[in-house]
Amino acid sequence: MPVTVLLFASYADALGVPSVSVDVGEDATVADVLAAVRCLPGADHLPASPLVAVNQRYAARTARIGIGDEVAIIPPVAGG
Amino acid sequence: MTGGRLVHQPIDPVALLREAASPRHGALLLFLGVVREVNDGRAVTGIEYSAYEIMAARELDAIAHDAAQRANGASVVIVHRLGELALEEASVGIVVAHAHRDEAYSVSRWSIEELKRRVPIWKREHYADGTREWVDPSGRSTAEAAR
Repeated sequence: MPVTVLLFASYADALGVPSVSVDVGEDATVADVLAAVRCLPGADHLPASPLVAVNQRYAARTARIGIGDEVAIIPPVAGG
Repeated sequence: MTGGRLVHQPIDPVALLREAASPRHGALLLFLGVVREVNDGRAVTGIEYSAYEIMAARELDAIAHDAAQRANGASVVIVHRLGELALEEASVGIVVAHAHRDEAYSVSRWSIEELKRRVPIWKREHYADGTREWVDPSGRSTAEAAR
């Protein structure tokens, strides 16, 4: 199934786009989505274990991804 | 009135104070985070803030409500500004109103630390030498030449 992955700040710069679409299996986890993103040009600039949010909440590597979920890879936050 | 939000315009401290104040509260505490001229020894001319807006707004609001619960009876208002900020402009404003000062100080401190820990906001510093760089508080940074 296709999953849209949002990118921000330095990660968006690294891949050159604010979002990408990857194709993963029906029982995919956050880890599977990250692995698919890693195959894209520029993704070698991402750290080994970036933070990920699913539907605007921080999610573990093992969290399942469903159809229509909003996945985001979160660079180190720097608010304040 | 407790709550948190993102703003795209300059933060008005007096308006924030009014939002949180009430006759129940003897302590009314304002914290402002402002753009400073030096970071890590480099001359800074401004900072550009961006966010995963829907999530950041939700997290800011959750922190304000969590903070208010930590000190029973507190009112907490948190705003974070996005966009291009010049030196001395406020990027974040936190107002805590409580019956007593001890709780107000404690809740204000907790709120800014939570914000820095978990709200998906990013900043890119602009330097006097014309370069710009995303700031990574965890210690790494992605260098980027000026465009």
